[in-house]
Amino acid sequence: MVTVSMEIQILFAGLLFLIGLTGFLVGRNIIFMLLSIEIMLNSAALVFVIAGSHWMQADGQVMFIFILTVSAAEVSVGLALILQMYHHYKTLDADALSKLRDNEVK
Amino acid sequence: MNTIFYIAAATAIVSSILAITNRNAIHALLYLIISLMSVSVVFYILGAPLIAALEVIVYAGAIMVLFIFVVMMLNIGLEEETEKKWLTPKMWILPSILAAILLGIFIYVLKVFQFEKTSAEIIGPKQVGISLFTTYLIAVEISAILLLAGIVGAYHLGKQKKKVTHRFLENTPSDKKSDLKTI
Repeated sequence: MVTVSMEIQILFAGLLFLIGLTGFLVGRNIIFMLLSIEIMLNSAALVFVIAGSHWMQADGQVMFIFILTVSAAEVSVGLALILQMYHHYKTLDADALSKLRDNEVK
Repeated sequence: MNTIFYIAAATAIVSSILAITNRNAIHALLYLIISLMSVSVVFYILGAPLIAALEVIVYAGAIMVLFIFVVMMLNIGLEEETEKKWLTPKMWILPSILAAILLGIFIYVLKVFQFEKTSAEIIGPKQVGISLFTTYLIAVEISAILLLAGIVGAYHLGKQKKKVTHRFLENTPSDKKSDLKTI
């Protein structure tokens, strides 16, 4: 089995999370933002599995299954919201959704 | 085994970077599928075969297909002006320096505090299943409720409502013009 030290594995998961976070902060296209959230969720789940394999417990993998469930529900609702947004605004730019913004403060 | 881990990790990181920098949505999704598959390889060599299979089946199989369906349904041409305006090369300097400092601290901490080497053993589906349906039984039921809420929410939000306007009240000057032209 793999004998890479745990710090390298956690570093890998952290890098994946950072890539997702960067994509989320930089992107204005709402599909790319949802996609970056997927990367972040996946890397967080990766940390659970790494810890589970380190302490040889099944709990990490159980947590992965729960994260998978949450992410599936989140994606289905999110994509339905994106469809509605495209239907109403004809764009996927997240900045287009500014109806709640106070007009005087810009 | 270690070489495989490093190769898979490098593939995952590179393809994730390509996924978030690509401007074409379909290409980005395909890169993300590659990233998920290489993470699945990492899961496998960490001794979690069930999770590796679930990653490929559910993430790369189901969730990404859902994404691709929506992208193809919307038929988007992707060139956002706001992003172009914001993402000048100069704007990357300060965040990159700050992120590099944080990354340096992270690597330093991981170097200083030595963890013991992992000697991963395979945790099979049987153990996971036993743990899932004894210790975490309530959580399983709660996630079932969450999935039900997700189904109802997605169905409700995804419904395209028919716009009801009276045909005489509908303001369509462009249509009339085109009608005149055709006549």
